[in-house]
Amino acid sequence: MSKKLHIQNYCKIIDGKITLNGKVIYEDDSNDSKSFLKNTYKNLKIEYPKFFKMDNLCKLAFLASEVLLEHSSIDSKAKEDIAIVLSNKSSSLDTDRKHQETINDKGNYYPSPANFVYTLPNIAIGEISIRHQIKGENAFFVSNTFNEKLLEQYAISLIQNEKSNQILCGWVDFDDEKYHAFMYLVAEEGEYKYSQEFINKIYNEN
Amino acid sequence: MEALKQELKENIIEQLNLEDFNVEDIADGDTLFGDGLGLDSIDALELIVMLDKDYGIKLTDPKEGKTVFSSIEVLATYITEHRKK
Repeated sequence: MSKKLHIQNYCKIIDGKITLNGKVIYEDDSNDSKSFLKNTYKNLKIEYPKFFKMDNLCKLAFLASEVLLEHSSIDSKAKEDIAIVLSNKSSSLDTDRKHQETINDKGNYYPSPANFVYTLPNIAIGEISIRHQIKGENAFFVSNTFNEKLLEQYAISLIQNEKSNQILCGWVDFDDEKYHAFMYLVAEEGEYKYSQEFINKIYNEN
Repeated sequence: MEALKQELKENIIEQLNLEDFNVEDIADGDTLFGDGLGLDSIDALELIVMLDKDYGIKLTDPKEGKTVFSSIEVLATYITEHRKK
């Protein structure tokens, strides 16, 4: 049986600005991404010290998911079944390079365990799942550009096969000080009717 | 010994990204894992690397690590007795 999809909320983080459903909820003129991520955490009044141990990609994904889930009406039981389907271009390259630097010199070979554990992009899904006790299906795709069709197919499959009722989808990319997060919560009920055109429109809107 | 304890507190805060802590917040006898600073297993691995990198001490026995990392006081004493750097 075919089910119609909707979007409950969507969030974007780019160029020192966070928007929720198209409205700016936080803006920061920090020159560097580290300050921006930290200031955002403080401004959103999140209390989760593990945030500071995360790499940049996970911090970005974590903040976008915090904004989305904070503004959704999902109870803790339903949260457990949320599926997470994310994607990006740079994978975990930002952290991979930092790890590489610690093992380049054989005479000074001290790989950092805290860096190493973030050398996979799907760790970002893990961090979100730990924070919200999410136990649903998940996948992380790496592609050159945002592929809304791929994410839609995956979301439809999860909902049609009753694997999940809500899916946190999106694009979370961080590399070399450039960052871009775009996340949306897909469900059968929601504020916005789902279509690829709508996803592309909100992905590209400022 | 006091200088070493200060150095350890500074390094632990910086290397383990304990953003909510200052040096003054960590007493010499505070438990580092569990209810104290709340460090986890990855932090333990970072501390093992720190011992090797900064003080030339290689910890190979996990049981030994549990004792050595019990507090700043114990850690500083262990480093003083075993350091090669």
